[in-house]
Amino acid sequence: MSGHLVAPNLFELCRVLIGGILGILSDAIKGAAPPGSPVEGLRGLGDAILAPWLIDLSAWLIAITIMVTWAAAVMLLTFMWIERKTYSRLQDRYGIMISVWSLPFWPFSWWAKRRNKPTHKGLGWLQNVADGVKLLQKENITPAKADSPMFHTAPVLIASSTILIFAALPFSEGFLIADVPLSLLFILAAFSLAPLGILIAGWASNNKYTLIGGMRAAAQLMAYEIPLLLAVIALLFYSGTLNVIDIVGAQEVALLTIGPLSIPAWNIFSIPQFLGFIVFFVAIIAEMERIPFDIPEAEAELVEGWLTEYSGMRFGLVFGFKWLRAIAGSALIVILYFGGWSGPVWYTANLSVGGAVVPIPIIPHEVWFLLKLVLLFLVFVWISWSVPRVRIDQILNIGWKRLIPLALLALILAAVFAAFAPLPAGIR
Amino acid sequence: MAGFWVNMGPQHPMTHGLWNMRVKIDGETIVDAEPEIGYLHRGYEKIMEVREFQKNVVLTDRLCYVSSITWSHAYCLAVEKMMGIEVPPRGQWIRVVSLEIQRLASHLMWLAAFAPDLGLLTGLLWALRERELFLDLLQLLTGARMNQNFPRIGGVRNDLPPDFDKYCKKIVTHFRKKLDEYEALMHSSKIFLMRTQGVGRISAADAINWGVTGPNLRACGVDVDFRRKEPYETYDEVDFEPQVWRGGDGGDSYARFVCRFNEMRESCKILLEALAKTPKGPYRAKAPRRAEGEGFARTEDSRGEALFYVIGDGDDRPYRVKIRSPVFCTMAATPIMLRGNKMADVVAILGSVDVCVGEMDK
Repeated sequence: MSGHLVAPNLFELCRVLIGGILGILSDAIKGAAPPGSPVEGLRGLGDAILAPWLIDLSAWLIAITIMVTWAAAVMLLTFMWIERKTYSRLQDRYGIMISVWSLPFWPFSWWAKRRNKPTHKGLGWLQNVADGVKLLQKENITPAKADSPMFHTAPVLIASSTILIFAALPFSEGFLIADVPLSLLFILAAFSLAPLGILIAGWASNNKYTLIGGMRAAAQLMAYEIPLLLAVIALLFYSGTLNVIDIVGAQEVALLTIGPLSIPAWNIFSIPQFLGFIVFFVAIIAEMERIPFDIPEAEAELVEGWLTEYSGMRFGLVFGFKWLRAIAGSALIVILYFGGWSGPVWYTANLSVGGAVVPIPIIPHEVWFLLKLVLLFLVFVWISWSVPRVRIDQILNIGWKRLIPLALLALILAAVFAAFAPLPAGIR
Repeated sequence: MAGFWVNMGPQHPMTHGLWNMRVKIDGETIVDAEPEIGYLHRGYEKIMEVREFQKNVVLTDRLCYVSSITWSHAYCLAVEKMMGIEVPPRGQWIRVVSLEIQRLASHLMWLAAFAPDLGLLTGLLWALRERELFLDLLQLLTGARMNQNFPRIGGVRNDLPPDFDKYCKKIVTHFRKKLDEYEALMHSSKIFLMRTQGVGRISAADAINWGVTGPNLRACGVDVDFRRKEPYETYDEVDFEPQVWRGGDGGDSYARFVCRFNEMRESCKILLEALAKTPKGPYRAKAPRRAEGEGFARTEDSRGEALFYVIGDGDDRPYRVKIRSPVFCTMAATPIMLRGNKMADVVAILGSVDVCVGEMDK
């Protein structure tokens, strides 16, 4: 029963695609150079491009390109748009309004202004593209006394480590690049690389604000990585694996069935994992540097924190990739605690094509996953824009004195529950 | 002691205006602080000596750009005392009305600046949204949103527009509901309390010694409100409660926040009462061009005690004017509030003090 659209997975799909394209190309070459013609030597080329290693390599490259485009372009822009639109509404204003429908009016905005007509009237998805274009045009300034190589390395480190998360982060069983056995470990490791980049950026900018911001990022990393990982360890007692696909698979079984609706055994429905979820949720906000815990770039006292000296697209890159980290963080929570891409109700319609039965998902796994992702992200946005920023010492207090004991409690409870499984029905 | 100086200003999101707060930090803890002011000094007291009494109202409007009317009113009051003229009752009541609307607008501006200082950008937008309503009222009354130039020596510039009390009632009813919303956003937020309570504490004795006045002093538990203590205009006839921190152990950012916040509710009350009590009659008395003598007036400005001391030598312009700015005095006390707190508290403390650079630098 396959419920995902990208089947069997992204790589196989790309291989079929590239195999087909290369096959057509090969046939075309062979057709253009029939045996006995002066260009007969080209037939060798036609065979060579069908070499399995070439197809595999091209398929990998295309799969990676699709994933990066999907994550760092489509998802990033969409989530930025969701956040900007949502918090604008929280603040009682329209928010961004440039859309594709306002593009034709741009050259005539002088006319619209004179006639008192709205020039920007739309949903605003294109605003982030426009902002990106604006940032690309701006000058990249390197401060005179900055440590130039390090200053230039830091954004690359932050951006690349953020993209690295998506090498293992799946959007469904099929929509992923690599299915490695320890993918959760890989994701968390890639996740915690960025604060190192922030520290480098803060130090290399040679600015007091950025230095304080970088040091704060380091302190925050210490306080939050530990409870985060402890919560994950508590989860391992239940899933028994560090592979995210298997973790989701373990949650797909039915916890209880009410009529036609079966409630899946998501990790959040168990007592120790719920504690772990609270820890993970708070810690991931700190990982994402969202508002209650965004002290490394507390704009009220540190101007823009560690980002202060960056300008142009280098600023845009590190600033925009915050949303990519937000997507990755939300996706992690969905995978670990909300059953990933498994929906409570979904049906596959079996379509018979030439004798073979092809299951067509009505609500595919990808849709379920994106739905949960957006809902969770909206919760993050909601929290971010309705609470003030916490102070550095209070953050460390919360991390060390509240979250670590709670995570340890979750760990012990999970161990006890796992040892005495199976417990009476319902209690996990 | 180890540590380094960090300039928070003159171009910094923390400074609401053009000034510089230098803090010496050791790690994240503030060991010393030093306000640097004077970037906006325009020599008001000197300029006023070369302009006629009436024309100075325009200048005093610009002392504080978010609280114009209270400042030009304080000046008019001092000049009236010097000239010995009595403002007709209607003029006095209209002044009370305009002063309270201005106080509400000013306090909302403070709230709009304080919330993002703590990282709560939603508070900024919400407070500015309601401030717009009071600016609309001011526009209806005076014709301008900013620098209204409304009080005159001997009264006010113009009468209340028709149906003004109806608009006020409507807006105040709406605003009271919104105040409850702000409470839900701020008072009820645990993080907000964490950021403000026990931060930037100053004792009542220190506050009095350094000349801290207004809501900042009342937050220390000292009951000094010039509207009640030395009533000017018709404040002795309106019923209101000066907002003093009664919780004990006050003087922190939270107490300052609560005092100012509750003052908005009181201002609403005063506004409605003043509108109901405004009698019929003239609103402006004839004022002489020349005057001799000295006039002294102090009023409860939105930020504390505003004081004007005017001397006339028989000419049509003042011989000497002295302005006492509340923020100028409060600023001297900020190092006491800041020392020992964390760097992030600089914004939480200075935001609660409500700095207006225009009047501070004069």
